[in-house]
Amino acid sequence: MELSRLPGFLLRRGVKAAIVILAIVVCNFLLIHAAPGDPASVIAGQSGAADERFLAQLREQFGLDKPLHVQLWIYLKGVLTLDLGFSHRQQQPVWTLISERLPATLLLTGAAFAFAITAGVTLGTLAARRVGTWADSVITVIALTFYATPLFWVGLMLVLFFSVWLEWLPSFGMATVGVELHGIDAALDLGKHLLLPALTLGLFYLAVYARLTRATMLEVADQDFVKTARAKGVPEGQVVRRHVLRNALLPVITFAGIQAGQLIGGSILVETVFAWPGIGRLAFDALLARDYAVLLGVFFCTSVMVVAFNLATDLLYAVVDPRVEVQG
Amino acid sequence: MNLSRRGLMAAAAAAPVLMRASEAMAQGVAPRRGGTLQMMLTPEPPVLQIGVNQQGPTLAAAPKMFQGLLSFSSTLEPLPLLAKSWTISPDGKEYVFRLQENVKWHDGQPFTAEDVVFSITKFHMELAPRARAIFQLIETCAATDPHTVRIVLKQPFQPFLLMFDATAAAIVPKHLFDGRDYRTAPAVQRPVGTGPFRFVEWQRGNFIRMDRFDDYWKPGQPYLDSIIYRIIPDSQSRRLALESGQVLLSQASDIEPFDIPALRQRPNLEVNTAGWEYFSPLSWMEINHRVAPLNDPRVRRAMSMAIDRNFIVNRLWFGVGKPATNPVASTTRFHDANAKIAAFNVRAANELLDAAGFARNAQGVRFTVKHIPLPYGEIWTRLSEYLRQAMRNVGIALELESTDAGSWARRVGNWEYETTINFVYQFGDPTLGVERTYVSTNIQRVTFTNTGGYANPQVDALFQQARNAAVAAERQRAFSEVQKILVEEVPQIWLMELAFPTIHDKKVRNVITTGLGVHTSFDDVFLAG
Repeated sequence: MELSRLPGFLLRRGVKAAIVILAIVVCNFLLIHAAPGDPASVIAGQSGAADERFLAQLREQFGLDKPLHVQLWIYLKGVLTLDLGFSHRQQQPVWTLISERLPATLLLTGAAFAFAITAGVTLGTLAARRVGTWADSVITVIALTFYATPLFWVGLMLVLFFSVWLEWLPSFGMATVGVELHGIDAALDLGKHLLLPALTLGLFYLAVYARLTRATMLEVADQDFVKTARAKGVPEGQVVRRHVLRNALLPVITFAGIQAGQLIGGSILVETVFAWPGIGRLAFDALLARDYAVLLGVFFCTSVMVVAFNLATDLLYAVVDPRVEVQG
Repeated sequence: MNLSRRGLMAAAAAAPVLMRASEAMAQGVAPRRGGTLQMMLTPEPPVLQIGVNQQGPTLAAAPKMFQGLLSFSSTLEPLPLLAKSWTISPDGKEYVFRLQENVKWHDGQPFTAEDVVFSITKFHMELAPRARAIFQLIETCAATDPHTVRIVLKQPFQPFLLMFDATAAAIVPKHLFDGRDYRTAPAVQRPVGTGPFRFVEWQRGNFIRMDRFDDYWKPGQPYLDSIIYRIIPDSQSRRLALESGQVLLSQASDIEPFDIPALRQRPNLEVNTAGWEYFSPLSWMEINHRVAPLNDPRVRRAMSMAIDRNFIVNRLWFGVGKPATNPVASTTRFHDANAKIAAFNVRAANELLDAAGFARNAQGVRFTVKHIPLPYGEIWTRLSEYLRQAMRNVGIALELESTDAGSWARRVGNWEYETTINFVYQFGDPTLGVERTYVSTNIQRVTFTNTGGYANPQVDALFQQARNAAVAAERQRAFSEVQKILVEEVPQIWLMELAFPTIHDKKVRNVITTGLGVHTSFDDVFLAG
């Protein structure tokens, strides 16, 4: 990759990304407001008693009494100045709510991502090298099982086994509440809570990476340049690492790019089962409560992530495969 | 009755202390200081300031921090709380509350009668629709000295005292709210009350923590060091948390009814369905009277007879709750056991529909009715599926349409439904919690009003009579009469007197001591060693 072309590339892609994100914001806004019900009626429905004045007060406070295009304009002006608005339901700025929950989700999905990609590629490589043997069969069966099993069920079974029967790990939450822990103890406690949800979330992606790596490695292994490498006497380990695996990784990177874009929003199920205080739950609860500002804020963060990771993936292609050139 | 009222109040004032002490003795355990009680809260409330938010979870958690003037026993007798005694004038219009002395807010400020006056005449009047409807009857409300509040009503209102529980009108600190926008005041985020537990921390989506308030006005109480509410969104995870002892208590809808039989089997857990007498939620199949042929009382009566309420209670709710018999729950005042809806009888229901001229077509269907299941959990979907089955037996095709909570509230509020499921709290007295569903003056485009649009001048008149009468016997006559009419007209098809199980580890003591159950301060709850 020529470094001199990088700034121009980034600039062009940046402008495109901004336009895309703006379009997403407008679409999200209109879609959300098209859903029946509004935050005021939800609150009235949950309060067990209400009158017209109560509803009118809430709608006025939430700004819902203004015409839709005025509301959209107010929201867009906010987003352009990086102000994501205010959740009247929870009486907090949206950015505060999101930033409270973001670290939990990033930790969970990041751990799951790292686990899935290292274990998945390793298992896939192993299976491809021992294709047709019992090791290959075992790996393929495991991968297929996790690929086909619903996430929440895997989660509940892990909880049953490790929390209820063995009593080794806590079944929910992010930390032990009610005791003061510091330093290494706090980290250990967090790790214990993280293990099951990260495993649950990671197992599905592990299966995807293992299958993908195995398939593409087998495909690459048959190609002429690999035979040539073997013929000229390159050691087997090096053939696998430098010739086969490196070429087989491109589809894996593509998929990893897609998954990384979902790091924020893709863990609602696991966050629900394990009561993990992340952003997926925030979005889900906001949807049920028609908390428009929070929902739009989460969508905004998610779309920024997706666009950013697409860009990063494109750059990474060029690093892994010098034949690929960056083009805006 | 009026003459002996003073004496009754004094007796009531002494009763709870004696009752609780004797209860602990009977169990052979003296209250023990210390420990943290972990519970669950579902769903997570948006804010904990009672008044600003009146959702179920807020009503359960906030009374640990906020208190009302009174609380209520399981038979709905008033018990003293922030008011240590009270008197009512013989004409039923003047109420004088003597307040506890030496009560402090969590920020150290003294609690006075001014706080009470502010809470009643300003805070709840502005924020809470339910309180507003009742407190507008107040002519004057004033502090006659720092520990006395005198309220004069425009007209006698017999259920008035029921409005002074923490869940209806919690007393809030005037010095933190007066002159501010009540909804956005800083105290909404960090609640300050007079209760036994003070707010410490709320990690959203994770937990709410409250610690013992050392300056609490009851000496030696509370016994617990802290209360922690965990937020666990998935019902199966909640069950596991309870089974594995990670939380010690579940309440309201934390546990799905179909999980209860298994939890009853566990030796360390106690399942208690008492403590909902004040709310007495009643569920019904909600009918929109604007939709033909649902406006025909014969049709509604036939639909009601097609439903086996024992099946609902025993097979869907696993014995938690009771079949409904009329619009007033049996735990609510003025319930008349003689007014009963027609019993389950599919044949009679079919004959009634035949006689009314609704013939079956070739598929055996008389007519089709749309139905929105209540989107508040799995159990309600199962109930609607049962109803579809039951209606099919009498030739009515019930078409289920799923929605989420937002759409449900909007559609019911806008009368855009044919039938759905609803359940409503009765707040101890038909005037407070029953009347609103049946009187034509309350037909509004808002949920929990008379959204069905039922109108009957006779019913209106009887509810009005019961509302205005100062004497209980006179109210009973009007309520009995109206119950008799309503069970014939079946404006809504009542299904169940709901109860919610409180399931807790046996070492948690004194959990349910009043008619408000878990919606109390927990100042006498302790963990046995």
